[in-house]
Amino acid sequence: MDLRIKNVRKDFDLTPALHDVSLDIASGELVALVGPSGSGKTTLLRLIAGLEQPNAGTVYFGQDDASRLSVQDRQVGFVFQHYALFKHMTVLQNVGFGLTVRPRGKRPTAREINERARSLIELVQLAGFEDRYPSQLSGGQRQRVALARAMAIEPKVLLLDEPFGALDAQVRKDLRRWLRELHDVTGHTTVFVTHDQEEAMELADRVVVMSRGRIEQVGAPDAIYDTPASAFVHRFIGESVELPVYIEGGMIRLDGIAIPLSAADEPDGPAALVFRPYDVAIDEVDRATYPGIAATVVASRWHGRGRRLELAVGAGGHSMEIDLPPDVAPPVDSTLSVWPTRWTLYRPSGASLSHPTPAAAASMVSPIQQMAVAQ
Amino acid sequence: MADLTVPSAPVIRSATTEAPATRIALVVAAFGFLSLFLFLPLVEVFLEALRNGPAAWLAAISEPDALAAIRLTLLVAAIAVPLNVVFGVAAAWAIAKFEFRGKAFLITLIDLPFSVSPVIAGLVYVILFGSGSLLGPWLKANGIEVLFAVPGIVLATVFVTFPFVARELIPLMQEQGSSEEEAALSLGASGWQTFWRVTLPNIRWGLLYGVLLCNARAMGEFGAVSVVSGHIRGLTNTMPLHIEILYNEYNFAASFAVASLLAGLALFTLLLKTLIELRFSGGLAPSRGH
Ligand SMILES: Nc1ncnc2c1ncn2[C@@H]1O[C@H](COP(=O)(O)OP(=O)(O)OP(=O)(O)O)[C@@H](O)[C@H]1O
Ligand SMILES: [Mg+2]
Repeated sequence: MDLRIKNVRKDFDLTPALHDVSLDIASGELVALVGPSGSGKTTLLRLIAGLEQPNAGTVYFGQDDASRLSVQDRQVGFVFQHYALFKHMTVLQNVGFGLTVRPRGKRPTAREINERARSLIELVQLAGFEDRYPSQLSGGQRQRVALARAMAIEPKVLLLDEPFGALDAQVRKDLRRWLRELHDVTGHTTVFVTHDQEEAMELADRVVVMSRGRIEQVGAPDAIYDTPASAFVHRFIGESVELPVYIEGGMIRLDGIAIPLSAADEPDGPAALVFRPYDVAIDEVDRATYPGIAATVVASRWHGRGRRLELAVGAGGHSMEIDLPPDVAPPVDSTLSVWPTRWTLYRPSGASLSHPTPAAAASMVSPIQQMAVAQ
Repeated sequence: MADLTVPSAPVIRSATTEAPATRIALVVAAFGFLSLFLFLPLVEVFLEALRNGPAAWLAAISEPDALAAIRLTLLVAAIAVPLNVVFGVAAAWAIAKFEFRGKAFLITLIDLPFSVSPVIAGLVYVILFGSGSLLGPWLKANGIEVLFAVPGIVLATVFVTFPFVARELIPLMQEQGSSEEEAALSLGASGWQTFWRVTLPNIRWGLLYGVLLCNARAMGEFGAVSVVSGHIRGLTNTMPLHIEILYNEYNFAASFAVASLLAGLALFTLLLKTLIELRFSGGLAPSRGH
């Protein structure tokens, strides 16, 4: 079942929760919705499920205009952000519910329902909990019951609203892999919401980044990470450093001082210079030979497999953090010259300028090599 | 930090040492007041009812007019309570699960019977259906009797008892939200299936509680019913009206005998209510956390 969302708008009490959102999801795709709290992820999911009606625009299920399909007809499995388990039913009854409410002709026998429910409960590793009530389960267990309940109806589309939100890191990892495998086996079209960008990048075929009711970017995880379409995506996906700069006659100035990056042909005006913490080169020895951005080391600490430096840069003392190989250890309070090797300029107009362009990036020397050259 | 916690401890202790005396005084005052104004009169009702022995009590309540009054009271309750269960559930559903204009007004309207004197409610029906009204002649022409007949009594009772079920359910349903209903719908359940299998089980204790209170009031209502009934013995007298008539005729023993039935109903309702509350807190509270 492929889904098409066309120019959908949704207002709550006149404040828009979604503006003009369009998105195509291919049959069998696993798509992640990410974005800050309140960006409209749940609202989009509810619109697809039919729990909410758009104020404008259309949702298509295959060729069908979904506005003519009721919630029941859409056959979506929905896992709610807060589980919404039936409090007065046991785990077994919860999972079997979707089958017991089918019209008489299509309803499996009580025994079949029982078997189906039990096998799903086993699948989500809750065997032995069949007769418990939701109030007697932990958050993670409830989440898995909600998942099993949604899958029991063999949905054409599985919609998951933060399905792993309440789980600890280890279970989360297991379930993540389990969901991916399950998706590969069943081939359901799956859309899941997460605020964990790592989870989205690891699990999804495509990632949809949302902000303030709009889709900022849609793409494969790699593409989103490597070529963010906006400063917001750059900031939201992965770590980034951002400096407020001003462009004047093709020169980029930070606090009025030109830095050795060029933006030829760019119109004058303010911009945000954004780069990854590890896409930088430094020169500790001689500021005069490598006129980068003047920086003072504020702190230096271990981070992952390398070293993270906290710097104060420019005349304005902007704080920024960069990652360096562990063997480079400039002392605290020393001054450096720093410059990004891969960076993007984002203009307030929404335009952006990447340097080097993604294709050229592969041929660039790495920051470490550059440093060797510099010294 | 450590410095701050040490001096605060004696403050807490002194706050709790003073409490028991106050607490005992309050509890005694409350019990004293209740026994003086509620418990003693109730005991008195039963003592008066049985003053001439159980045989006289039995005779008083099995005399034809008394039986007719009991039958009418049961009939009125049997019509008014189910009606108000349906209205109450529908109103609570609308208020708790939908957003619409005029919601605050609807809530106020539901409370109206609580704020208006029952006598006025009765008078409204007299004005609405009496011979001088617009509806009066038409009703008369079609042979429909509302005033001084069972339909009028039922209407007055429905009016007076309307808030009980709705008032009980609105906060309950508001607290529960509609996420379980949405889950049921997304799993393919129809509207009816969702109501019977998800909504109703979730509100059943609150609903039963509301029904009990509604029933107690329906059987005990005096003011509104008194205005519309016409006090026709054996025909339009409910139990409270019958009690009043007997009392006015200085037939105290018979009056208290019938009164003891109503008082018994009240005690029974209280007992059930307490049982439900025990069940309520034991059965629903733990699952409220999520
Ligand atoms: N029923 C509602 N009534 C009014 N406003 C709503 C309603 N539901 C959502 N909103 C608003 O719409 C916006 C989007 O909400 P939504 O629940 O889709 O966010 P979300 O991306 O899922 O956030 P989170 O990550 O916190 O779950 C928010 O500003 C929210 O306040
Ligand atoms: Mg959400």
